[in-house]
Amino acid sequence: MTSSTLVLPRAAWRPAWITERAPVLVIVAILIVIWYLAAILMNAALVRDAFERNDTKYTVSELIAGTLDAERPVVPAPHQVAVNFFDTVFDYPPDSPRSLVYHAWVTLSATFVGFAIGAGFGILLAVAIVHVRTMQKSLLPWVICSQMVPILAIAPIVIVVLGAIGIRGLLPKSIISAYLCFFPVTIGMVKGLTSPDPIQLDMMRTWSANKLQVFWKLRWPSSIPFLFASLKVAVTISLVGAIVGELPTGAQAGIGARLLTGSYYGQTVQIWAALFAAAIIATVLIAMIDAVGRWTARRMGAAA
Amino acid sequence: MDQRVARRPGLTEQSVAFGSSPKVTIRPVERVPPPETATGAAGAASAAAAPALTVDARGVSLTFQTNDGEVEALANVDLQISDGDFVSLIGPSGCGKTTLLRIIADLERPTAGTILINGITSEQARLQRHYGYIFQAPALYPWRTIERNVALPLEIMGFDANERRKRVERYLKLVNLSGFERKFPWQLSGGMQQRASIARALSFDPALLLMDEPFGALDEIVRDHLNEQLLRLWDQTGKTVVFVTHSIPEAVFLSTKIVVMSPRPGRIIDVIACDFPRDRTLEIRETPEFIKIAQRVRSGLRSGHSYDE
Repeated sequence: MTSSTLVLPRAAWRPAWITERAPVLVIVAILIVIWYLAAILMNAALVRDAFERNDTKYTVSELIAGTLDAERPVVPAPHQVAVNFFDTVFDYPPDSPRSLVYHAWVTLSATFVGFAIGAGFGILLAVAIVHVRTMQKSLLPWVICSQMVPILAIAPIVIVVLGAIGIRGLLPKSIISAYLCFFPVTIGMVKGLTSPDPIQLDMMRTWSANKLQVFWKLRWPSSIPFLFASLKVAVTISLVGAIVGELPTGAQAGIGARLLTGSYYGQTVQIWAALFAAAIIATVLIAMIDAVGRWTARRMGAAA
Repeated sequence: MDQRVARRPGLTEQSVAFGSSPKVTIRPVERVPPPETATGAAGAASAAAAPALTVDARGVSLTFQTNDGEVEALANVDLQISDGDFVSLIGPSGCGKTTLLRIIADLERPTAGTILINGITSEQARLQRHYGYIFQAPALYPWRTIERNVALPLEIMGFDANERRKRVERYLKLVNLSGFERKFPWQLSGGMQQRASIARALSFDPALLLMDEPFGALDEIVRDHLNEQLLRLWDQTGKTVVFVTHSIPEAVFLSTKIVVMSPRPGRIIDVIACDFPRDRTLEIRETPEFIKIAQRVRSGLRSGHSYDE
């Protein structure tokens, strides 16, 4: 960025935030245009049918206006989604079941618990796999197998089984979320814990360090970059897991419930607003982990 | 540990015997090669009893099993290194010099023969931390500052925080890195990093230093400078050094004994004594004696290669 302002003095009058964000804003603008076009094309048949049913004459501009203002459009227009999003976020108190904040929080709390369980379990599994050779042979294939089973098949089983022993609500969803998100953590940490140089391991041997010291002073710090990379993947997956966990129960609350009721009643605008809420949550979660990762890296001497 | 404690009194006796030498006043610990010429009663007695052998390798062989069959890395190596020696292992790549160093350090086990370090097995010596090993690469831990890198072996060995701080300060000063305590390794040049790794190896004060081409990756000016510093350090601390190199001038300049090795199978073909004074300077490289020894090393290396051609 700095070099381009040096080479091109004409750009100097532009504020820095414009030159930095311009590429992103251009892409967003293009996407919105495409979205509008898609809304017009996809909803046109619907609106034309409605006009013809009422035997009303209509112009092209009336048709287009209709496509962007349908009550149950195939593809809602961006402004419809935005209006619905802001209405449901700001017009209701956050504890109202009509508030998107309420639903987002229900899913988010399941995500947090699931992420914590999944990341913790993933790390422990990686430690076991790295330190016990038989574990590597016996566990790793199962770890990989576990991810081949479609989660949509497992989720109802988990919910039903846990429900039968009296566990309902947050925990079953969290367990489905953890089931999905431990995998990248395990794979990343196995890689990270085995990442030290042979020289560094030899060096520990020359000091006759014990296994615990090798772990805490060498393997663990070496694995930290791998840990944060895999946590970033894991946190989005755990959000997906929490949403999927809300689908088979007919849950009353949560982003998953919003998606489900939206599709029952053809409320496409509500579905899209819920999707945006999920995307925003995922972005915030990744940004949070990224911030912690950067802070840790700086503390560990990375070039700032 | 017993061995080292037992040897300490002998040392003081020697330094008393050589007390008249003006060198002693600037050197905290004075160790000299086995003093055949020593006339001091105590010194002569301890020397005659048994010249302390730091490394005693007899008939050491190591054969690696690889996919292409067996590779004889070392064949029937005999090597005796006395306390206070500076021994260079020199030879072309593949001659087993690093392997021999790793066997001394108990990072490899020989397939035949015996190896004793200070009279005990190499494994016991490793477990009792008899040696400091300096690798080809500094291999400092990037997430630790220089002072915490130097303190790492001390942490592992259970030195308390106060003692750690004192030693880190002392050894960073010794390798001329005072003022860089809080820097991270990437903020230092290659030569400075290697010096930090030397301070790290010295921090727990091992009597034996094993150095595997420590200056191989550095340019010649830095290397000369570090060679002089290393020599001064060896002279001042009286440590025993085993030094792997493939540079003839480096070997001749540093060593009291040069071990010339040859590949396929790795073996020792010549052992050359190198009797320059302990406080030698880079100028000795111009002397005829220096050139003569260098020639003998070179011809040894060449004869080791001859059957290849």
